[in-house]
Amino acid sequence: MQQPNKYQITAHCTIRQNKVFRNGGLLYEDQKALALKDFSEGLYNHLQIQYPKFYKMDPLSKLGLLATEVLFIDIPSIKLYQPEEVGVVLSNAHSSLDTDIRYMSSVQEMASPALFVYTLPNIMIGEICIRHKFKGENSFFVFKEFDATFITGYVKGLLDEDLVKACVYGWVDVLNQDYDAELYLIEQNHQ
Amino acid sequence: MDQLMANLKRQIIAQLNLKDLKPEDIGDDQPLFVEGIGLDSIDALELIVLLQQEYKIKLASAEDGPKVFYTVRTMAQYITDHQPA
Repeated sequence: MQQPNKYQITAHCTIRQNKVFRNGGLLYEDQKALALKDFSEGLYNHLQIQYPKFYKMDPLSKLGLLATEVLFIDIPSIKLYQPEEVGVVLSNAHSSLDTDIRYMSSVQEMASPALFVYTLPNIMIGEICIRHKFKGENSFFVFKEFDATFITGYVKGLLDEDLVKACVYGWVDVLNQDYDAELYLIEQNHQ
Repeated sequence: MDQLMANLKRQIIAQLNLKDLKPEDIGDDQPLFVEGIGLDSIDALELIVLLQQEYKIKLASAEDGPKVFYTVRTMAQYITDHQPA
């Protein structure tokens, strides 16, 4: 007899080339946005989010935050978990290089504290956790390309060990105007 | 002083990326932190940068921060008192 799955992917989001897909369906598109900043702010407005701190974030954190907002559409149960029960495990290729470069430029005149705080990629995880009040396990990995086998295995380990009951995981990468996000929400089966 | 406070409100909004606020939303005597317009510790550092960049004023002591950055009026008063000749 086949064992029932202990967990399942309950939502999936992809953001690339000015398009946003949720569970495979096109949710949003803005081909007029020439810059990532314009695209991100357009998506923010489209999702009708009220979170002024969004505007202070660096492009990587904005993209990660928006991807999780898309992920949680129609997932009201995410709010039912205890803060420690939801983990966030992300990865990318360019770490926080996009902001690091701008920070280095700003140092020529006067270093910006607001820019400096984003010169680590796991700050994106922090922003997501603050927004959704998650306090579960979190990790950030830097790979040349999305290593689905590794990261899925890592997340399943967290679920198997009962360290989390749900986890946001995937890939969020930004460098200059190139960006790519692919996030998954995996949850323990309640049946 | 009124013109300086008006300029400060515009500069604070620009420096801190407070896109949901307009200058008229910030009261002259409204606390800038926590219970006021909700600035945080990183914003406080940005305000120190703003003083240096726009007014060439270095905060004499970090302990003065809470008093200097309490409201737009206290900031304007500090600038007036410390403006280089």
